[in-house]
Amino acid sequence: MPKDHGIGARSKRREDVRFLTGTGHYTDDMAMQGQTYAVMVRSTVAHGKIVSIDTSEAAAMPGVLTIFTGEDFAEVGGNPAGWLIHSRDGSPMREPKRPVLAHGKVRHVGDAYAAVVAETYAQAKDAAEAVAAGTVIEELPAIVDLAAAVANADNRVHDEIPDNLCFDWGWIEDNREAVDAAMKSAEHVTVLELVNNRLVPNAMEPRSSIGEYHPASGEYKLTTTSQNPHLTKLLVCAFVLGIPEHKLTVVAPDVGGGFGSKIYHYGEEALVLAAAKKLGRPVRWTAERTESFLTDAHGRDHVTKIEVGAKKDGEIVAIRTTTLANVGAYLSNFSTATPTFLHGTLMAGPYKVPNVYVNLKAVFTNTAPVDAYRGAGRPEATYSLERAIDKMARELGLDPVEVRRKNLITPDMFPYTTPVALQYDTGNYQATLDKALEMADVAGFEARAAESKARGKLRGLGLSTWIEACGIAPSHLVGQLGSRVGLYDAATVRVSATGTIQVMTGAHSHGQGHETVFAQVVAEKLGIPEENVEIVHGDTSKIPFGMGSYGSRSLAVCGSAIDRAMDKIIDKGKKIAAHMLEASEGDITFENGSFAVAGTDKAKSFGEIAFSAYVPHNYPLETLEPGLEETAFYDPNNFTYPAGAYLCEVEVDPDTGSVDILSFTCADDFGNVMNPMVVEGQVHGGVVQGIGQAMIEHTAYDETGQLLTASYMDYAMPRADDVPMVTVDHSCATPCTHNPLGVKGCGEAGAIGSPPAVVNAVIDALQRGGYAHVTHIDMPLTPSRVWAAMRG
Amino acid sequence: MYNFEFAKPATIGEAVSALSSEGAQALGGGQTLLPTMKQRLAAPETLVSLTGISEMKGVCLSDAGEVCVGGATTHATVAAEAAAHYPALAALAGRIGDPAVRNRGTIGGSLANNDPSACYPAAALASGATIKTNARDIAADDYFQGMFTTALDEGEIITEVRFPVPEKANYQKFLQPASRFALVGVFVAKYADGVRVAVTGASSDGVFRWTEAEEALNGSFTKDAIDALSPPDGDMIADLHGSAAYRAHLVKVLTGRAVAAAG
Ligand SMILES: Cc1cc2nc3c(=O)[nH]c(=O)nc-3n(C[C@H](O)[C@H](O)[C@H](O)COP(=O)(O)OP(=O)(O)OC[C@H]3O[C@@H](n4cnc5c(N)ncnc54)[C@H](O)[C@@H]3O)c2cc1C
Repeated sequence: MPKDHGIGARSKRREDVRFLTGTGHYTDDMAMQGQTYAVMVRSTVAHGKIVSIDTSEAAAMPGVLTIFTGEDFAEVGGNPAGWLIHSRDGSPMREPKRPVLAHGKVRHVGDAYAAVVAETYAQAKDAAEAVAAGTVIEELPAIVDLAAAVANADNRVHDEIPDNLCFDWGWIEDNREAVDAAMKSAEHVTVLELVNNRLVPNAMEPRSSIGEYHPASGEYKLTTTSQNPHLTKLLVCAFVLGIPEHKLTVVAPDVGGGFGSKIYHYGEEALVLAAAKKLGRPVRWTAERTESFLTDAHGRDHVTKIEVGAKKDGEIVAIRTTTLANVGAYLSNFSTATPTFLHGTLMAGPYKVPNVYVNLKAVFTNTAPVDAYRGAGRPEATYSLERAIDKMARELGLDPVEVRRKNLITPDMFPYTTPVALQYDTGNYQATLDKALEMADVAGFEARAAESKARGKLRGLGLSTWIEACGIAPSHLVGQLGSRVGLYDAATVRVSATGTIQVMTGAHSHGQGHETVFAQVVAEKLGIPEENVEIVHGDTSKIPFGMGSYGSRSLAVCGSAIDRAMDKIIDKGKKIAAHMLEASEGDITFENGSFAVAGTDKAKSFGEIAFSAYVPHNYPLETLEPGLEETAFYDPNNFTYPAGAYLCEVEVDPDTGSVDILSFTCADDFGNVMNPMVVEGQVHGGVVQGIGQAMIEHTAYDETGQLLTASYMDYAMPRADDVPMVTVDHSCATPCTHNPLGVKGCGEAGAIGSPPAVVNAVIDALQRGGYAHVTHIDMPLTPSRVWAAMRG
Repeated sequence: MYNFEFAKPATIGEAVSALSSEGAQALGGGQTLLPTMKQRLAAPETLVSLTGISEMKGVCLSDAGEVCVGGATTHATVAAEAAAHYPALAALAGRIGDPAVRNRGTIGGSLANNDPSACYPAAALASGATIKTNARDIAADDYFQGMFTTALDEGEIITEVRFPVPEKANYQKFLQPASRFALVGVFVAKYADGVRVAVTGASSDGVFRWTEAEEALNGSFTKDAIDALSPPDGDMIADLHGSAAYRAHLVKVLTGRAVAAAG
């Protein structure tokens, strides 16, 4: 019998009741007494000098309350990058100020240089048009192409940064010579140049923020679409506006998806707070969809050359990558960590490669900032590696499955330290590979390919064996590497007098299902019904200082904090029980929600202990405080390393270049699984995003820096009929060795492992179909691109 | 969106007079016009909704056996009600946009807008349809005058579209992955007096007839007849979603498929 309760049960997602019945509570749903509306005035050119802004006409328009320009924020702080990277020569990265509103120059289409606040939204929009009409911007040549950006020293996104270069990073610089030597003496070197296409995150709910200020107390409140309210609060207080931290509450209520784009603090959040203070009234702003396209931090956008040195039998001896990574016009909060420590450190993959060296230049351009997007750096590493290994196998006339098998780290090698500084604690990459091959019926592939051929179609099979690093930690190590924040998380477990529980978490759920899964974890350990547990998240006035949700960290880091807090609850419960049962504390056991004296039938239920803690009549008050509430901060001592094998089977129509994805199979190792249904859902979603990137999603700027794909008319999002049924398995589990739940994280896996499997499958189909010259096609593999590649 | 007045007349006559006022514009299903207004790219002073005019709604058969579609008939209605009379037309209507678009968008709005990637223009041109307005009858061959341009005068309303029913017909639509309009769409219709092939999505001049294909198919209504042709040259659209050469290639592939599917 499968469990119907606690850890491992397929408990239905309790939050879905409100999401599916329209009773969720999102930022833009919140009406407030006396509210006002902000509209941002945005640049329509990619690069320009702000010559003058005349707001007088707009200021006189009906309903207009106040107008801000970049000038108003010139004296306050900027929105900082969260990670300091050092270049190969030891110099620190170049960090231009990212102001609340653009000042002096506009640097991308959509860059806000002014904001209007009015009584109604329509009035604010009208006045914003008038501000735009009163503004003179002298257009400058746009810097869009990455190679041109670094080659051209005269045309600068930031006047003080000569070659548009943020940093030139080597990982690990000490490996460089050995890698060069190994590459030189390798029997075979495969070279692949590829583009990891830029993506727009497209959360269903656009960004939205409401600022409030209460003059009587001097307190501010920001209600906003955030994945990490405490981080936003810290950034606003300590870096941007200088508000005392105890005077600001940040609330991230229901948030309709983030995928990374809502990790970051954006200027609009500071703007509504400053405006609320000035007006003494609530100020609200919600992005229109076009603004989301233009100003949400985008993802990916790498141009990479990867070289794989190998022996003739496919054994990899060296990997070297050279990448230009687009950071856009300004440094978004994690934009410097994503292409470096979330990318370069993964370049060994799940393979026992002795020599790896990564060189990455981060480049400023006149485009929207680029930052972490589901997978963040790891999809880029996985894509480069898995595409290049496939190409290498083909060049050597070897089976791509066997080449991977030959190079995979074996179970007896853990803990395994890679040449790019990660220590994988545990895994079984052969097991997931074998499982995927079996599930996808690879043995029957040739027969299916023959059947396709009879219909005039080309069938192909693509594999990727991927690994990622989740739950980035520990804080002291990331601190040495340049992180400006800690990466622990925190939870408070508050037991009420009647034995029900509230858990306040630093993690934030914006679709993941924490309210369900965390309750299962608590119910399991405390032996109480799931419905007696409530998960509280998103409000800094209620939750402890945790770091929020991204990087598949919530369960591994915050879940561990919950577990630790429950340990403290149980310890205290034992003390109370010992007193009530007149036994010694050492003799008290806790199991299935019951505190018992070992070897006797004397016991107290969890509820009785809770009641006693709050009505302490029979209680050891001399030695123990009343109450039952504990907080734990958990700082992991390593990343977790989910891994798996993905297989994709496609059919290409040679007449049109259309690709039909017939099946997608995932065998994942996520360690212990708390709720299989939620995990499967996460993998489905991730795979669909990965298929979207591989097949149709594409963000294109023209040479003047105009975004060509600024709406759903041109930016293709995957729909149900673009994707196959995704078959998911997570039975090959090797529990994480260093966190109490043995969990690894599953949120990004699908988006990391799937793009190379799709592209490998299409290349395989074309190769089998006689198009031997097609060794690579850049994503997205639209029919037009596939057709053009076939034509040669 | 800017403010506007709203009128919902019950007859064609009332609509025509409402449209004669300065800054007035017809509103069909609003699937094209309303998004444009929301983006503040259009600012009509008065919207004259045509959806309350019962004489402009529904599908019927004329005495001459033509399928007559009222100008304010939704795509969903055409998909359902034309199926028995003109299956290829009904199938085309049933694949426009999504259910919300099909239950709002109208044939009149689509033909008046003449989006170069829209589906109905291909059906109307391939069928040699007659576009009836409050003022006159316009032959499809005269009606389409380049992308977003038609023979309609200011304030003129499409009241009905008459489609002669072909012996055989088929519409092949190749989706643009984002909008799911036609990246290329080809409508082939075989009449007793000849074959007509209309192509949408491909040309920067909007919908056009591929006359070489028509001639070849008049000789032999087979896919092989198309395979022997080279793709049309014309002024093909090149954008993110497909090069000019790719669109030309698709015209040929889809024409062949339409012929094969028409049977
Ligand atoms: C998401 C989406 C997907 C779509 N996909 C497709 C597709 O795959 N294929 C396709 O062909 N189309 C597609 N469309 C467009 C759709 O078919 C629209 O219905 C059509 O383009 C306009 O029709 P409407 O009735 O909505 O016109 P409206 O938007 O109301 O009006 C459009 C224009 O026509 C004028 N007009 C309206 N009715 C008349 C009339 N009777 N006489 C004269 N002028 C009139 C209006 O004044 C306006 O200028 C899509 C639209 C959307 C929003």
